[in-house]
Amino acid sequence: MPYTPNKPQPPETPEQLRARIPGWGVDLDPKDRPSVPRERFDPGATGAHWEFPERQPETVPRERSVEHQFLTPVFGTSAPLKWCSGRIRRMAYRLGEDRAARWLILLGADRVDAWENHLASFITLRPDNPVTQTGVTSEFNHHGVSSRVGQQRADVRHHWMDPIIVAGPWVVGAGAAIALGLKAAARFRNR
Amino acid sequence: MRAMVYRGPYKIRVEDKQMPSIEHSNDAIIRVTKAAVCGSDLHLYHGMMPDTRVGMTFGHEFVGVVHEVGASVRSLKPGDRVMVPANIYCGSCFYCARGLYSNCHNVNANATAAGALYGYSHTVGGYDGGQAEYVRVPFADVGPSVIPEWLDDEDALMMTDALATGYFGAQLGEITEGDTVVVFGAGPVGLFAAKSAWFMGAGRVIVIDHLNYRLEKARTFAHAETYNFVEIDDIVVHLKRATDYFGADVAIDAVGAEADGNVIQHVTAAKLKLQGGSPVALNWAIDSVRKGGVISVMGAYGPIYSAIKFGDAMNKGLTLRMNQAPMKRQWPRLLEHIKAGYLKPNEIVTHRFPLEDIAEAYHVFSAKLDGCIKPVIIVGDQ
Ligand SMILES: [Zn+2]
Ligand SMILES: [Zn+2]
Repeated sequence: MPYTPNKPQPPETPEQLRARIPGWGVDLDPKDRPSVPRERFDPGATGAHWEFPERQPETVPRERSVEHQFLTPVFGTSAPLKWCSGRIRRMAYRLGEDRAARWLILLGADRVDAWENHLASFITLRPDNPVTQTGVTSEFNHHGVSSRVGQQRADVRHHWMDPIIVAGPWVVGAGAAIALGLKAAARFRNR
Repeated sequence: MRAMVYRGPYKIRVEDKQMPSIEHSNDAIIRVTKAAVCGSDLHLYHGMMPDTRVGMTFGHEFVGVVHEVGASVRSLKPGDRVMVPANIYCGSCFYCARGLYSNCHNVNANATAAGALYGYSHTVGGYDGGQAEYVRVPFADVGPSVIPEWLDDEDALMMTDALATGYFGAQLGEITEGDTVVVFGAGPVGLFAAKSAWFMGAGRVIVIDHLNYRLEKARTFAHAETYNFVEIDDIVVHLKRATDYFGADVAIDAVGAEADGNVIQHVTAAKLKLQGGSPVALNWAIDSVRKGGVISVMGAYGPIYSAIKFGDAMNKGLTLRMNQAPMKRQWPRLLEHIKAGYLKPNEIVTHRFPLEDIAEAYHVFSAKLDGCIKPVIIVGDQ
């Protein structure tokens, strides 16, 4: 009890624990653990043979945080800024990392990025396919129903939202396109 | 080459992508043999991490064979079988020189608030990841290690993140002999953290989740006592009762941004993206440890605010410790433990998918179908 001075004894003795659990107590000494102490000054331990790394060439202009003094010597080149989402992201990169706006603008740009790429994919030989790309086909060969029903899972309560998040914008987009098409056709007929 | 590519929230596909090239003299190109999907990849997949760009290849857990090395690489040569830590780091900056590899200052141009990881959005540097046939690995003399002959590829794969992170999480808990440790989340990191807590002399290890098949794994693999929070009215009160009204000495958050258990928190964070993460597990951790206890946060959260019960943490005098794990710092000791037979890391692997079926792998893992705990992607031959 916390109402008296002593800490409660664990239900099993160290001997019992050692017998039951492989490796019990092998890292018992709090000082002899790989991440202790937290900071251990040992620049030679990493394998780096430089004090400041050689700089990776910047072949396309690379955005960077305003909290960096200069472009880091090494950086990723996965998906350079482009199109409308690129412009929005560039705006976000003018703000400090303390600003919520910076991150929210980036999240907004992510949604724009997805949409411009969905649209662009329709003029390629490989348009986006919400069925294969979401992997929902696995619902049929990986026990979609029995994995959820009667399992007391907390997440099942909001799984119904996922198809709306994924398919909702497509349905709304298709609906809007059809409505616009009908309107244009009607106008054409009324001429 | 074939590579997994992000197409927007909940959508990925495999496409032909340009081969990565040496962009810096200390780069290596690795031909990936096996990759894993991580719980934190799901945050990207669900569109929660700011600056996740269409076209990026995910994957910060992979092993493979060295294909090509840059001019200044000394420690690796083509043909070496290597494991690559999830962190990208230079080895020489202020932080790396002090062992804080996950906080390297020379690799993430996009933000100073985070280090860099493979395939994990531009917020952590904009590097393509290893769920692909080939991947660029910067600082080849610093990050990757040759996999010992006796170590299986899948065990090595677990070392690149999940195992190293779980083990690190237990260390940050500052466990002393006889402590009661409660781990929130029975996913790969939680299972490894629970297992590791015993190495550090825990007297009692309790694991909390809502997926019964994962709790079963926590009992068999991690020898833990388990509770399903869905079956319990108030898990915090329950933990107090179960610990003589003390609370645990140490709590480990191995859940992160998409925690369930509170619908408002989950929906505002995971669905509406109005929080950096749903801190349900973290708040339970804060409330269920004893005063003066330690919280170790291994779950990933985004860079915006999350509704955390800070007042309770302050009034209870808690120590909150957290970081992305510096993977490679854990490796020598973990190799000893594996060799001694104290654990077999790939016992948590439940599913194996070929790269071409990776969209299904993400869905099965995300929707927790089929008893999925850890899916491995088979990319190429050894
Ligand atoms: Zn991971
Ligand atoms: Zn560094």
